[in-house]
Amino acid sequence: MSLRNSLIVYRKELRDMLRDKRTIRSMVIIPMVAFPLMFLGIGYIGGRSSREMRMEVSQVMVSGGADSPKILAALQNVSGIRIVPYQDDARQEVSDKKIRALVTIPNGFDAAIAGGHPEQVSVGYYDADERSELAKDKLQGFFDAYKEKIAREALTARGLPASLLEPFTVDAKNIAPPAKVGAAVFGSLIPYLIIIFCFTGAMYPAMDTTAGEKERGTMETILSSPVSRTDLVIGKFFMVVTTSVVTAVLSLLSLGLSFKYFKNTLMAASGSSVQMAVDPRSVVAVIALILPLAVLFSAVLLAVALLAKSYREAQTYVSPLIFVVIGPAIIGTMPGMELNSKTEFIPILNTCLASKEIISGTYDWSHMALIFGMTCVYAAIGLAAAVRMFNREDVLFRT
Amino acid sequence: MIEANNLCKNFKDKKRGDIRAVENVSFTCKPGEIYGLLGANGAGKTTTLRILATILAPSSGTANVAGFDVVRDPQKVRAHVGFLSTATALYDRLTAAETVEYFGQLFGLDAATIESRTNELFKALDMEEFRDRRCAKLSTGMKQKVSIARTLVHDPPVMIFDEPTNGLDVMAARSITDFIRQCRDRGKTVIFSTHVMTEVEKLCDRIGIIHGGKMRAEGTLAEMRQNYGKDSLEEIFVDVSGDER
Repeated sequence: MSLRNSLIVYRKELRDMLRDKRTIRSMVIIPMVAFPLMFLGIGYIGGRSSREMRMEVSQVMVSGGADSPKILAALQNVSGIRIVPYQDDARQEVSDKKIRALVTIPNGFDAAIAGGHPEQVSVGYYDADERSELAKDKLQGFFDAYKEKIAREALTARGLPASLLEPFTVDAKNIAPPAKVGAAVFGSLIPYLIIIFCFTGAMYPAMDTTAGEKERGTMETILSSPVSRTDLVIGKFFMVVTTSVVTAVLSLLSLGLSFKYFKNTLMAASGSSVQMAVDPRSVVAVIALILPLAVLFSAVLLAVALLAKSYREAQTYVSPLIFVVIGPAIIGTMPGMELNSKTEFIPILNTCLASKEIISGTYDWSHMALIFGMTCVYAAIGLAAAVRMFNREDVLFRT
Repeated sequence: MIEANNLCKNFKDKKRGDIRAVENVSFTCKPGEIYGLLGANGAGKTTTLRILATILAPSSGTANVAGFDVVRDPQKVRAHVGFLSTATALYDRLTAAETVEYFGQLFGLDAATIESRTNELFKALDMEEFRDRRCAKLSTGMKQKVSIARTLVHDPPVMIFDEPTNGLDVMAARSITDFIRQCRDRGKTVIFSTHVMTEVEKLCDRIGIIHGGKMRAEGTLAEMRQNYGKDSLEEIFVDVSGDER
């Protein structure tokens, strides 16, 4: 093996790659454009539809209550609610999303309340429809206030203080540092995205430098030079790893910048006010952890793509691998998934879970070392497979 | 110098089973000589030349190229060989000069040598005009010149050409045959394969007719004519390869 030769191949491959529009597209343009667009798009569309929803006056039907004018009058005055005349198919109207909710008032409601007998009002709504839920929330709010008013009046009538209604209050608030909160929302997303970009960044160059070379007839040219096949594959491999890492870093950068500049639009859309902060040091640690994964992806992609005779054929071999990568990455984002003696041996998933921990501020060095080591071992096996493939005549000259 | 001794190459094919692409092929080609390997498509020419260029390893038998064994020292063999075929394309996204420089580096030349050698070759082949143009943008003839410069950058003593004129127009093909002749005149050992009889008649000092993976006849054109009692190489070729059918 000669490092000099591998580096000559590496420099040439890198130059060759950087002149390929497809690589530039997948390595630079897509990650740099995708995130700002995604953030802006979600912010804009999400913001608009939730604003629209909140502005809507919900149409509600009331069944019964003919003998209870008090409650009916109060209902008429709820803001954001409009009472429409009752029809017999009211339930169906809710299901059809023609009205948002159906309120049923039992007979003799006003009288029962005045006499101090408990009664039950029911609110029928469509659980899967956000607009219907919003109407239910408005009604719930109204009834709660109405209940309180009656109780208050009853207490006053008996000469008792209104504070009896609420002997004490409960104040629940976030006391964890912002990083930990951000992590819950973002922690699982960041490693997932980096891993996907690592893979897609490696995909095109790996296919181009193997199957693409075969297709264009340059494979035989390079094989006729004195460089050994091992040096050749190592040089190509370095190039693929480089594009993979650069893609991941650029996408992370783009993600960070988009987040910084479009945070407000996004927050407005989700209606959430969680303060998100991710420690830059943890991002560096995550990248370090993902590095051997980029190596693994590059090696496997090289080995698989080399089997193909053409770029197109290589795509059919490589595309299914995306699912192999996305699967564990998605499982890693699921709540409740944690590193344990089983998950820490599953490639991709272990890196995802460890990254999640790092971003949430937990640094378990022994875990991280183990996972880094494991991924390195998998990467070495992948690289060995790629080298082996390059030394097989039946693979290089498949007809 | 090229010495091939009982070269054999077997391939495994899913449909056809074991295929003997080359069977006990032996011949010698000396410096300052052009050896023509003549054969129909699928006769085993390309496989034989790929073995000599160490792109493929022989299943059995040996070959000595420029003083090195193809099995034991493949890298040294390649360092002393210039290999050109219609299958050896150029990198589209590199310029003519970058291509020659890249191969110069792979052949272990230092920067100064590469530069002087590139200048020399570009002048001799009249390539200055498209020196910094990407290979994708070159005409077939220009590409051919870049390929020639690429094979000559390390000034190899042995040249192997696999159907180098295949698919080229008359002018481009002519520049290749001129180039092959120049290689011989400079004392290089030259072997080339073709199925074009006229090229063989014009260029070759010795001829080997290969058919069904086996060497069927060998000698100078004069010897062949004498042995087969025929004047036209085409007739001789049909005679030799027809034996099999």
